[in-house]
Amino acid sequence: MRRLAFFAAGAIFGLGLAISGMTDPGKVLAFLDILGAWDPSLALVMAGAVATFGLLRLLVLRADRPLWGESFPSTAADGPIDGLLLGGAALFGVGWGMAGLCPGPAVANLARLHPPVLVFVAAMCVGMILAQRLAGADR
Amino acid sequence: MQIVEFTPWSALVGGVLIGAATALVLGLNGRIAGISGVVARIFRGTPGDRAWRIDFTLGLIAGGALAFALLPETARFRLEAGLVWMTAAGLLVGLGTRIGGGCTSGHGVCGIGRGSRRSLVATLTFMAVAIAVVWVVRHLLGGGA
Repeated sequence: MRRLAFFAAGAIFGLGLAISGMTDPGKVLAFLDILGAWDPSLALVMAGAVATFGLLRLLVLRADRPLWGESFPSTAADGPIDGLLLGGAALFGVGWGMAGLCPGPAVANLARLHPPVLVFVAAMCVGMILAQRLAGADR
Repeated sequence: MQIVEFTPWSALVGGVLIGAATALVLGLNGRIAGISGVVARIFRGTPGDRAWRIDFTLGLIAGGALAFALLPETARFRLEAGLVWMTAAGLLVGLGTRIGGGCTSGHGVCGIGRGSRRSLVATLTFMAVAIAVVWVVRHLLGGGA
């Protein structure tokens, strides 16, 4: 039951990515190409996702605890805006701007068995493991 | 600047699904479903923490596969980049999302969605950098992806 629930959540996420066009790097790059041929769609994807998560989260948090968990994450202040945050975000931005893929769409695109995507995801996993060793504990 | 291919309705529907999926995970086990964290912690997580991430990730791939199969318009994939470029990009995304503690879903959707100023700063940063990179590649160098 639990397995199915998380699988379903992942599937809904994947469907959302595909329907929104985020699994097409061309569409993402067109959003990032603000000074060129600009496709504003990603702005609406983000807006829809943020609004939906934001609203549903308020409903979810009315419960004392999650269905299968000890507690909800603390809503207290969540860490400093430091060099690691900014540097990491910048590195991510470079990679995202290069390929038009971020982790979610990259993984969803594994369904295509397309070499550029396979290579991207493999390298992404290597990068993640490296970062965890370099930056230490869980961020 | 010219506006092209704006698809507001599919963008909104897709966004709502993404938001709903992340809220669902929050309700199920109290976790933030930022994909960089979901994937990364498969590699280092404690066994109890790993299982749900694997199931979610399998679902993510299945959701993609389902959409590509049933909704042909979602199957579009435009990218002209060599394997070296993709390797470099993947490495940077992997490094950056974990050093920075999140990605478009982690910081952008969940972080901003719960009012985190830190996530807003992170999101604005990676957006600005990505926009700059695309400008350099497309308009300065006139090539790349």
